[in-house]
Amino acid sequence: MTLFDTLYVAPPALTAQAPILAIAGPLIGACAAALSPGGRSGWVISVITAAFALWMSLAVACEVSRQGVLLYVIGGFQPPLGIALRIDALGSAMALLVSTMGLIGAVYSGHALVSEIRAETHTLFQSGYLLCLAGFLGLVSTGDAFNAFVFLEVSSIGTYALVAAGEQRDRRALPAAFNYLIMGTIGATFYVIGIGFLYGATGTLNMADMAAHLSILGDNTAVQAGFAFVVTGLAIKAAIFPLHGWLPGAYAGAPSLVSVFLAATATKTAIYLIARFTFDVFPDASTFGQAFLHVVLAPLAAVSVIVCSVQAIFEKEVRRMLALSSVAQVGFIMLGLSLANAAGASAAMFYIFAHALMKAALFMALGALAISVRARTLDEFAGVAREAPWTAAAIGVGAASLAGLPLTMGFIAKWKLVEAALQGGVIWMVAVFAAGSALTLIYAWRMVEALFFSAPVPGARRAREAPVGVLVPLWVLVALSIWFGLNASLPETLANSAAAVLFGTAR
Amino acid sequence: MSQIVSHFNFIAVVVLMMMGLFVVFSSGNLIKRMIGLAIFQTSTGLFYISLGKVSGGTAAIMVDAQSADGQALSEALNPQYVAQYGIDGVVYSNPLPHVLILTAIVVGVATLAVGLSIAVRIREVYGTIESEEINALARVDAARSEPVS
Repeated sequence: MTLFDTLYVAPPALTAQAPILAIAGPLIGACAAALSPGGRSGWVISVITAAFALWMSLAVACEVSRQGVLLYVIGGFQPPLGIALRIDALGSAMALLVSTMGLIGAVYSGHALVSEIRAETHTLFQSGYLLCLAGFLGLVSTGDAFNAFVFLEVSSIGTYALVAAGEQRDRRALPAAFNYLIMGTIGATFYVIGIGFLYGATGTLNMADMAAHLSILGDNTAVQAGFAFVVTGLAIKAAIFPLHGWLPGAYAGAPSLVSVFLAATATKTAIYLIARFTFDVFPDASTFGQAFLHVVLAPLAAVSVIVCSVQAIFEKEVRRMLALSSVAQVGFIMLGLSLANAAGASAAMFYIFAHALMKAALFMALGALAISVRARTLDEFAGVAREAPWTAAAIGVGAASLAGLPLTMGFIAKWKLVEAALQGGVIWMVAVFAAGSALTLIYAWRMVEALFFSAPVPGARRAREAPVGVLVPLWVLVALSIWFGLNASLPETLANSAAAVLFGTAR
Repeated sequence: MSQIVSHFNFIAVVVLMMMGLFVVFSSGNLIKRMIGLAIFQTSTGLFYISLGKVSGGTAAIMVDAQSADGQALSEALNPQYVAQYGIDGVVYSNPLPHVLILTAIVVGVATLAVGLSIAVRIREVYGTIESEEINALARVDAARSEPVS
């Protein structure tokens, strides 16, 4: 059916262990990086480990494409009692995204860290980075609800430390990281409370088993309370509108590598868990779940699209603008999910891929420019396209994709969302998509205008072209954005089979 | 009244949870906020343990009635209970929530450690741990053209 069906990337013995190796690899790498002697060793370990994780994720994705669901029993304890990794098309698509961004980020870190982080903390920083990678990969592969909490916190603890490391560039990263830690921990604790309710009602922690129990049990107050806690907790992690306060500061203050990686993965994995619980664990027909989607999630997502896009238009600091834009884009994705059909979920999944690629490219390019210009506001970046055409061109393509201009992946992503909304007969959502896209175009244009068409500020530092070590991962992202804009078959297949997991049928 | 007695644990959970959340959001002192967070997380622990408790249940360690451990257990338990069910019919509390919450405690400690170390760095860099003063300094930073580190 797909190209993954006939792809064998690893020997069978290794493929059999690939699900756990994709998680264990980065965990071991994190220890190795922390113990490594310093210098470039941290970077080398990081790149090797991330490449290994990508290799294993690819092996898993191929196997999932052939078998449908991959069950990896840990320690010989059979589920539902034992903890098992259970990877289906949705999980493997997310794992593929996370590990791809992990590798690109790891390559980029070689140059990004030198200018932003003190040399003696490089190895520890890489250790935190790999810990995050392990957490995200575990989160999308586990089949156990409580295990998901542990991985959520493994990645989050890494994230807090990484964001705080931004203090060496801008000290406002510290309060931002602290705020993020408070909100993130409250979110995770809400999730645990919710799992407690669901465990009390069903007596199991295995997601598939829980779903089977819940479909018999139907709605009751304990289940509803559990669901509400789980979703609210995850909504904090996913930065859904009124709970997004931690995100702009954290992404703006973090080292650019961290912004690149988190913008592409952190909120996305939380969205994955929301989708998993809403559509997979929780019974489909429950009126409570439907009410949540239509009365709570869809309106909040719509407000998020409009409000945060407007905020982004008026934001002076470039990275804050991109972070606010991330919240708005999460709104787009959640609107797609709230349609609660295969087309909507497939569009949301596609949007996740598109947004990861373009936002990572934008953060990466701006990070590279900020090294030489040392600027934060859009005005200070005026006219840098003359000195750094390749970096600026990457920002141009990223902005075009963000605004959803044709020939980019962002266009197809928005197109799919509109199509899904029309198919679902939700006309107001089409209006929100249109308004959101128009607002996005405004701030994307502001960025392009400043870079390409404004005269440089007199006395400003001259921008330099980003070094090759940055240009290569940057243009890989940009090239993927363009290539998938012309031929979207690969992300389309991944998104469709992921949606098929949740709704049984793909278009 | 009997409702309150039978649900005493869960009432305590809600009270602790609200206390913790209130401290997190109302306090301006970073350390106090971390304390609030710790109380909030602790309430989850009580919640899970209460879920797993079976009335009259003992620790989930299987014992042979004839062994010395079994004898010791039967002496420690309520004699009426043993007379009725025998040592083989002993009821165990659900051990799984204990294990889960042990994991959650470890996670909580790690979060607390990271949070406190960030608070220490904030004190070193800003010279204060009061949110309002930090926010004021951050606004000054935002107005500057170049980042302060």
